[in-house]
Amino acid sequence: MIAAMAMTEENKKQAGAQRFGLYLGLATIAMLFTALTSAYIVRQGAGNWLYVKMPLQFWISTAIIISSSVAFYFAKAAHRSANISKYRMLVWLTFVLGIAFIIFQYMGWLAIAKTGIYIDGNPGGSFIYVISMVHVVHVILGLVLLSIVAIRSTINSYNPDHIHKIGLMATYWHFVDFLWIYLFIFFQIKFF
Amino acid sequence: MDAKDLHHGHSEHHTGAVITDHVHYQDTEGVIRFEADHGHHDGDRNKKNFIHTYIFSTDHKMIGKQFLITGIIWAIIGGALSNIFRMQLGFPDVPLHFIGTVFGDKWAPGGKMTPDFYNMLITMHGTILVFFVLTAGLSGTFANLLIPLQIGARDMASPVLNMLSYWFFFLAGAVMFTSFFLPSGAAGVSWVFYPPLSAIREAAVGSEAGADFWLISMALFIVSSLLGGLNYITTILNLRTKGMSMSKLPLTIWAILITAILGLLSFPVLLGAAILLIFDRSMGTSFYLDKIYMSGIGAMPHEGGNPILYQHLFWFLGHPEVYIVILPAFGLVSEVLAVNSRKPIFGYRAMILSMLAIAALAFFVWAHHMFVTGLNPFVGSVFVFLTLLIAIPSAIKVFNWITTIWRANIRYTPAMMFSVGFISLFISGGLTGIFLGNSSIDIQLHDTYFIVAHFHIVMGVAAFFGMFAGVYHWFPKMYGRFMNRTIGFIHFWVTFVGSYCIFWPMHYQGMAGVPRRYYSHGAFESFNKFGALSEFITIAAIVVFLVQLLFVFNFLYSMYRGKKVTELNPWKSNTIEWTTPIHPGHGNWDGPLPEVFRGPYDYGKDGEDFIPQTVPMRPGETTHHG
Repeated sequence: MIAAMAMTEENKKQAGAQRFGLYLGLATIAMLFTALTSAYIVRQGAGNWLYVKMPLQFWISTAIIISSSVAFYFAKAAHRSANISKYRMLVWLTFVLGIAFIIFQYMGWLAIAKTGIYIDGNPGGSFIYVISMVHVVHVILGLVLLSIVAIRSTINSYNPDHIHKIGLMATYWHFVDFLWIYLFIFFQIKFF
Repeated sequence: MDAKDLHHGHSEHHTGAVITDHVHYQDTEGVIRFEADHGHHDGDRNKKNFIHTYIFSTDHKMIGKQFLITGIIWAIIGGALSNIFRMQLGFPDVPLHFIGTVFGDKWAPGGKMTPDFYNMLITMHGTILVFFVLTAGLSGTFANLLIPLQIGARDMASPVLNMLSYWFFFLAGAVMFTSFFLPSGAAGVSWVFYPPLSAIREAAVGSEAGADFWLISMALFIVSSLLGGLNYITTILNLRTKGMSMSKLPLTIWAILITAILGLLSFPVLLGAAILLIFDRSMGTSFYLDKIYMSGIGAMPHEGGNPILYQHLFWFLGHPEVYIVILPAFGLVSEVLAVNSRKPIFGYRAMILSMLAIAALAFFVWAHHMFVTGLNPFVGSVFVFLTLLIAIPSAIKVFNWITTIWRANIRYTPAMMFSVGFISLFISGGLTGIFLGNSSIDIQLHDTYFIVAHFHIVMGVAAFFGMFAGVYHWFPKMYGRFMNRTIGFIHFWVTFVGSYCIFWPMHYQGMAGVPRRYYSHGAFESFNKFGALSEFITIAAIVVFLVQLLFVFNFLYSMYRGKKVTELNPWKSNTIEWTTPIHPGHGNWDGPLPEVFRGPYDYGKDGEDFIPQTVPMRPGETTHHG
């Protein structure tokens, strides 16, 4: 989505429009997860619910995605202060941490399955699998975009105008980070 | 990315043949100009290749036409399907051998369609008309065509996303079309796709692979809608020309804006519902399924799910979807009525506020589709109250339309006829909505032909009338030619009278309890008295369908042979799309973008027939509408 927007002209009005469009896109993602988590609450209220304890791997992945966000925050700051080598290093670090997040999510699913809770069992478990998988899909989308940013950071020379696209990337990346933190806290709440 | 990079990027994409070959830049006066790219000389501007111009176009006007023509094709398919199942309801004994020829003999042995085929027809008819025609065909066409032209922009905020929106729609259509020819046929579980029927493959023939294709197609369609809607909102809010404040926007644009916001908030919820359904179908989860015993299979392994959960999620989209269908029609009709009445639209602000009110209420009424699901009666009463509140903004709109044409010197064009017809249909269909919105009456009328009659009139035919009004009115802007008036009037009268002939009798059937979706009512002695009425409805449906083919003929004929447009502003309209050349290029205005000084409805002001939006306010002049 952001990559496609990168084709259009670079002027202030257009940049504002792109940022605005990104916020709208994030709103649709937020609505998707609102729907899924509402369904979770409604279903839990109906009883016959299996409460799933979050595996250690999810705690680790949470720490990883937070540090990934922090890394990209500093990457953007490095770009702003024209420190291009630091910027390149931190963008790639963000990318690697993003991949590590997905690996730990996968290990988390395996760990839950090991306790005998499978995706086709009680909805209490199924919801955890499905919601976290849908989140990972959004992280993968972010990684695809991030790989473009990272490759460009390596190929292109420094250009202060790039900060606009980097800013859009940062917004999306922080968004999927906060989304996971929200989901992770959400999964630990007993609503009924 | 600086200007040099930009050029570089564009030339790269030439090989991909999908990206615009125009570069836009802002000159020192702040005017965004469209210039031919490097490597093109000015004379080459119109000599773009076929693929660029007609297929992978990024020009919003071409994308609008793509949506329209695709929508027309889908409307013919969807309408033809309805005629086939109407034959089963009206003339079950007439053999239809062509079904076997087209779809395979097993669907109609001896020319007699099977119940499974009937289910497939009603499911596809609903899906195609609601989503492909009245959502993509209507919003996609007029949002793309009118937003940049009426707000004074060169193109959409992101022409590439716009193109992708069309191609996701096309792909969704391709998947849906393919599903007709699967061994198990297309989905046959009704367009609302309720589990458990939709969630268990073994439940029916229509729950097999066709249902998977349906879900994939809808997922693609949702992506298309979201990309489109995102672009529409961003463009309207960010790229209006100088002077075009929100309070000077034509009502068409307001309607499209509100429609897009509704879509953006509700389609992700349908996607969520579809994701859970896909897992139930393919991964053995039990989100919507509880203990089920299937004959021939035995106990199913599912446990602990709830099918009503799906209905909540579905109707949280489904109800706003109704307004996604009707709001663009509101906008188009408002504009056409004002232009052809030569009067300002009555209550411009009230029109906007009532649309906003309808949009807000749309999210708090979904359970009125679920009064018979065992909903707590107290909860039901809250939804009754909220539902009936919608009557207020709807009535405001109806009164404003009527007041707009009241004592006007009306120009009777086909577009105007369809707009007036729209008001009639919206009143007729809206009034039955008040019955259905009451839970106590709904329990009797639920899932009968009464509801079929209600929603076909109020959102089906009415939205089509809005679309026809828009096509007749803006055809000169699309193709530089007029559609034939005489054929237009024939089209209007047969469609208008014919549609009432189809749906009016259904109210009586529904009140008598005739259930919808049934393959045959032959088993019910008490419904036999409606046999002749069903035949009448079927004949009316076929006549109305045939006259739509006349419209398609008119559309195609006028595209090449219609009367040429010779003046810039043939309808003497105020809005700025008529200040573009008769055949606008990509970028719409040859010179700088027009500046706007006044609202779009200054008709008959101070004795002047019309004052376009580009005319500056005179000293001491006050705005017309409030």
